[in-house]
Amino acid sequence: MDTAKKENLNDKDIQVILGTLLRAGVIISMSIVLIGGAIFLIHNKGAITDYKVFKPELSKFSSILGIFKGVASFQGDAIVQFGILMLIFTPIARIVFAIFSFLIERDYLYVLIGFIILAIITISLNGGIAH
Amino acid sequence: MSVLLFTIIVLLGAFLAGLLGSLTGLGGGVIIIPLLTLALGVDIHYAIGASIVSVIATSSGSAAAYVKEGITNIRIGMFLEIATTIGAICGAIVAVYLNANYIAILFGCILIFSAIMTLKKKVDHTTLEDTDKWARFFRLNGSYPDKGVDRSYAVKHVPGGFLMMLFAGTLSGLLGIGSGALKVIAMDNIMRLPFKVSTTTSNFMMGVTAAASAVVYLHRGQIDPGIAMPVCIGVLTGATVGSKVLVKAKTDKLKIVFAVVVAFLALQMIYKGISGL
Repeated sequence: MDTAKKENLNDKDIQVILGTLLRAGVIISMSIVLIGGAIFLIHNKGAITDYKVFKPELSKFSSILGIFKGVASFQGDAIVQFGILMLIFTPIARIVFAIFSFLIERDYLYVLIGFIILAIITISLNGGIAH
Repeated sequence: MSVLLFTIIVLLGAFLAGLLGSLTGLGGGVIIIPLLTLALGVDIHYAIGASIVSVIATSSGSAAAYVKEGITNIRIGMFLEIATTIGAICGAIVAVYLNANYIAILFGCILIFSAIMTLKKKVDHTTLEDTDKWARFFRLNGSYPDKGVDRSYAVKHVPGGFLMMLFAGTLSGLLGIGSGALKVIAMDNIMRLPFKVSTTTSNFMMGVTAAASAVVYLHRGQIDPGIAMPVCIGVLTGATVGSKVLVKAKTDKLKIVFAVVVAFLALQMIYKGISGL
C-alpha cells in the first residue's frame, strides 16, 4: 500500500510537470511566431500571395541552418519558422522529460519505450535532410 | 490577394477550426485543409504542412490541461506513440510522391468517415476484467478522476489497438491531420478505454505523431511561414477556448452540424480531386 501510494504521488508530480512543460513550450514558440508574424506583416502586407502551385525549390527556410541564417538577419518569416521549429520540438522535449521521469520511477520498460520513440523521430530527421 | 487580407481570412478560419476540432475531439486539421484548398486555392501540400503545425499546437495546448487533471494515461499514450510515429513517417514520405489530386480524394474519404464517426452513438465498453497479458506487461490499466471518484479501467486487445494506431499514424503523416476518429476507434472500441481517457490520451499522442511527420514536411519545404503562422495562431486560440467550454458544453447538436459541414467539404474535395486527374 505504501509503495503504491508513493507511486501515485510520483505519477501526479510527473503529470503536473509534463503539463507545465507542454504549456511553456507552446507559449514560448507561439510568442516567437507572433513576433515574427508581426515583423513579416509590416514588411510584406501589400505583397501578393501565391500558394496555388507547390514550389518546394522556392522555400527559403526548409533547413534548420537556413532558418538560423534568416533569424540572424532579422527576417520576419524566418522568425516565424523558428517559432514553428520550437513548436515541433515541444512534444519531442516532452518525450525526453518522460524518459527522465520514468528513470526516476525506475520504470525501465518505459525508459526504453521513450528511447524507441526518440530514435524513430531521429530517423525521420535524417530522412528529411536526405530530401 | 494581399498578404494582410490572406492572413486575416486564414486566422479567422483557423480559429473556427480549432474551436470545433477541440469540442468534437477530431482536431482542427479536417477543417483547415479544405478551407485553404477550396476557398483560398492553396496547393494541398502547403495546406498539409500548415495543418500539421496546427495539430502540434492544438494537441500540446489542450493536452497540457488534461494531463494536469490526471485523466490522460501517459503509459498508453507513449506505448502507442511507437506505432503512430512509425506510421507518421511512412505516411509523410509517401505523401512526397503522391499527386495532389490523389491526396485530395483520399482526404475527402477520410473526412466523410470522420463525419460518420462523430454521429455514431458511442457505446461505453469499459471493463474491469484485467485479462489482457499485454496490458498487464506494459502496465496500461489505470484509473481516472470522474466527479471526485477514482474510476478504474482495464485495457483489452492491445495488439489490435497497436495495429490500428499504426494505420492512424500513417494517415496522419499522409494527410496532415490528427486522425482522431481512427484513434478513438482504436482506443474506445478495440482497447475498451473510457471516453474521457481515450479522448485526452489521443490528444496527448497527436503532438509527438505530428512532430514526426512535421520534420519531414519542413525539410521538404511544405511548411510555409506565411500560411503556417495564421493557421497555428488561429487554431491554438480556438482550441484553448474549446477546451475551456468542453467541460460544460453539450456537444451532441454541435456534432451534427459539424458532421454535415465536414461531409459537404469532403464531397467538394473529392470532386475537385477527380476533376483534376
